[in-house]
Amino acid sequence: MAAVSLTVNGKPVTTDVDPRTLLVQLLREELRLTGTHVGCDTSQCGACVVHVNGKAVKSCTVLALQLEGAQVLTIEGLAPTDGPLHPMQEAFRENHGLQCGYCTPGMIMTAVDIVRRKGHELDDRTIREELEGNICRCTGYHNIVKAIAAGARAMQAGAASQAAE
Amino acid sequence: MCATGIGAAVRRKEDHRFITGKGHYTDDINQPGQAYAYFVRSPHAHATIKSIEAKEAARMPGVLGVLTGAELAADKIGNLICGWMIHSKDGSPMKMAPHPALASGKACFVGDPVAVVIAATLAQARDAAEKVKVDYAVLPAVTDPAQAQKSGVPQIHEVAPNNTIYQWHLGDAKAVESAFTSAKHVTKLDLVNNRLVPNAMEPRVAIGDYDTGSGTFTLWNTSQNPHVARLVIAAFVGMAPEHKLRVIAPDVGGGFGSKIFIYPEEVVALWAAKRVGRPVKWTAERSESFLCDAHGRDHVTHAEMAFDAEGRIVALRAKTVANLGAYMSTFSSAVPTYLYATLLSGQYEIPQIYCEVDAVYTNTGPVDAYRGAGRPEATFVVERLVEVGAREMGQDPAELRRKNFVKEFPHQTPVIMNYDTGDYNASLKRALEIADYKGFGRRKRESARNGKLRGVGFSTYIEACGIAPSAAVGSLGAGVGLWESAEVRVNPTGSVEVLTGCHAHGQGHETTFAQLVSDRLGIPIDNVSIIHGDTDKVQFGMGTYGSRSGAVGMSALVKALDKVEAKAKKVAAHMLEAAEGDIEFKDGKFSVAGTDKSAAWGEVALNAYIAHKFSGQELEPGLKEGAFYDPTNFTFPAGCHICEVEIDPETGNTEIAAWTAVDDFGVVVNPMIVEGQVHGGVAQGVGQALYEGAVYDKDGQLVTGSLLDYCMPRADHLPALNVATTVTKCPSNPLGIKGCGEAGAIAAPAAVINAITDAIGTEAIAMPATPQAVWAALKKAGRSLPHAA
Repeated sequence: MAAVSLTVNGKPVTTDVDPRTLLVQLLREELRLTGTHVGCDTSQCGACVVHVNGKAVKSCTVLALQLEGAQVLTIEGLAPTDGPLHPMQEAFRENHGLQCGYCTPGMIMTAVDIVRRKGHELDDRTIREELEGNICRCTGYHNIVKAIAAGARAMQAGAASQAAE
Repeated sequence: MCATGIGAAVRRKEDHRFITGKGHYTDDINQPGQAYAYFVRSPHAHATIKSIEAKEAARMPGVLGVLTGAELAADKIGNLICGWMIHSKDGSPMKMAPHPALASGKACFVGDPVAVVIAATLAQARDAAEKVKVDYAVLPAVTDPAQAQKSGVPQIHEVAPNNTIYQWHLGDAKAVESAFTSAKHVTKLDLVNNRLVPNAMEPRVAIGDYDTGSGTFTLWNTSQNPHVARLVIAAFVGMAPEHKLRVIAPDVGGGFGSKIFIYPEEVVALWAAKRVGRPVKWTAERSESFLCDAHGRDHVTHAEMAFDAEGRIVALRAKTVANLGAYMSTFSSAVPTYLYATLLSGQYEIPQIYCEVDAVYTNTGPVDAYRGAGRPEATFVVERLVEVGAREMGQDPAELRRKNFVKEFPHQTPVIMNYDTGDYNASLKRALEIADYKGFGRRKRESARNGKLRGVGFSTYIEACGIAPSAAVGSLGAGVGLWESAEVRVNPTGSVEVLTGCHAHGQGHETTFAQLVSDRLGIPIDNVSIIHGDTDKVQFGMGTYGSRSGAVGMSALVKALDKVEAKAKKVAAHMLEAAEGDIEFKDGKFSVAGTDKSAAWGEVALNAYIAHKFSGQELEPGLKEGAFYDPTNFTFPAGCHICEVEIDPETGNTEIAAWTAVDDFGVVVNPMIVEGQVHGGVAQGVGQALYEGAVYDKDGQLVTGSLLDYCMPRADHLPALNVATTVTKCPSNPLGIKGCGEAGAIAAPAAVINAITDAIGTEAIAMPATPQAVWAALKKAGRSLPHAA
């Protein structure tokens, strides 16, 4: 066992882990943050995407021990528990961008990262190409693409209104 | 229509927990003291198990037990079963081989579980599994269904000579023969319906627990039908009496059929929990899903369609070999028979149809229902034949279809089904408009100028959904009835809980079922909860598959609501001191006809429970009613999908340029959800046509065993989809619903392949039509440059 200290959804965490423990196992098994899902064993599906130091990362492909001092954000930390939803979460709901919901946390975390990298005006082609690492079996992606475009615009509006306050 | 009633695009009630990471999937559940199961699986497709040496594994850290088929048999744990009896044309029953939850004596496919290690942690179980030494004598294997019945081929099960499970047929062979003899034109095709891996994004999970105090088992599993799982595991596997087994299927991350079936791992989790005295959890790795989840399709078919001089279809015949894999899965026998041959009439008036189906064992994973289940295979046969027939006869494919459409209803086909209603021309017409069919020639020329080949393909499909009238399916061999149940519990404060025997795994029942209640009782949708998936909470129900939840499950809910309303009127009559016959109920208010006396829904609910206004002799207190609804017919969703492709002849890459879907699902409860179902179905159908294919090599190794090797459609593989509906109300259920869950997957493959073959000018292409396959087909046909026709 080895010790690791990191910050998860704004809370400091120090824990002893088996060196082979993956980040997703630490999140799901030890921290009980079960919103991050495991959908494959080859880093293909993206159900496990979280943010590490502000960037989208497949948490099934990172050892927990690699994250000493890192800031990790999961779907549970995207919006305050009793506060309003993140605009991207709201966009997925509004645009029926989910069905069974299993890929959804990874999709939303990826979507927020796409906006960070590509901006708020996203065309269909860009969104579809950027979703290369996330698989959904339910929606045919049609409404996920709509949701991400709408969520990206809503994030800009949200940022603008915050700046005005 | 109220804002949250039938027909409204209500945003889903269940979404909040999913978008905030608060869903409760089976793998999110852990039990105190839980141990973990890891399966030792056969690396060989066909092998005698000479011995299993587990002593070293048993001594590994954390190991609580290593169990094999021998212990399973010693504990008298019964076999898994296939619950639908098919008789061969000679009258003999299908040859169902024993299917123990852990292989006994012989492994029959790569992935067949031969032992299980139970340990305190998953890592310990996995480490110890590597120390289990299985001595195999490898046997030759057969994986290709077209080869399975030939002489000299390895025999998999003693009970099934020539690996043949049944040789079934439907229709009048002689009449068909005679129609073909006098036909003007005959179109012939050899078709392979490629084998698919369902790949719901949530892998399967099973957690077994045994309470020694009460002698009760609990199984948490990823099931589309927990009551059916309980029934099979109790009555056939013999794990426990039915009332001593609770099955809970919480949020389930997609099913598409693959989570209907009762799997070995569920049986083993329960059995092992009792053996080691701790709850036992198993979570599939995606590699295990590939090997062991029941696959779909896998048909090899020769089909012929006969036309008269006017282009009218006079007969169809098909001979299909269906691969059911190494063991017969739960409903596998029904898929290539009653869910397939019965739909071979398509949307057309075809006087004579004859179909023969041989089902075979091979050394591959089991094959069972996958989204559409038999109906995509039937549609592919019919719609390829019609399209190719039109080309061969020089007729417009849309016009040939229109000429042959069934136009009068009800329509009895020669293959059992009685189509109740439809307007096939309406969906075709609308689709032609949306797809701008008239402008296709212009777009084709435009593509040609860019060095691309453009093609258009149709699929005017039909399906039989609303599964199913119990007596009808019973007469065809089903071991169960296919009715559905609902219970409506009205609380004293007027809020409502609905317990449904259906199960949601993405379909949005918590919203659509609540819409029906909101519409009917005039109460806010937020005052309605939908409960499913727990056999201790919900009355027996048959679960969700076959696009049945709306047509069958919601019909049961209508019946229960009828009873609730009738009882509530009695309560209101006492409250309002009026005759029961004078009570009217509208918009959530009970009133006395012709007066201004009224009582609100909530007041009546409260009075039903406080029971101050009536005596127990006059009326029972409480407001809770249940109903079972058995459909009187299948429902027949149908529609027209038009696919337009653009192919790069240099690379063989196919791009879907446009997709038009016009479907008749009867009455639509929530158009947003219905459109989503079409999108998802089309994606799976396009996946089958262009990308997906489970490939076993000759030794029985699954060479497409991961998401790296098996091409699941990704966002950039698919276009935006134009989706619309036409409506003919289903006459056989109270809401007029036909069902929408499978249409896309049923319609799409034929539309795609018809478009590709139109573009490349040759019919010789198999699914998946990968760039390599298209490029090779173009080369073979001697076509590489676009024709600016």
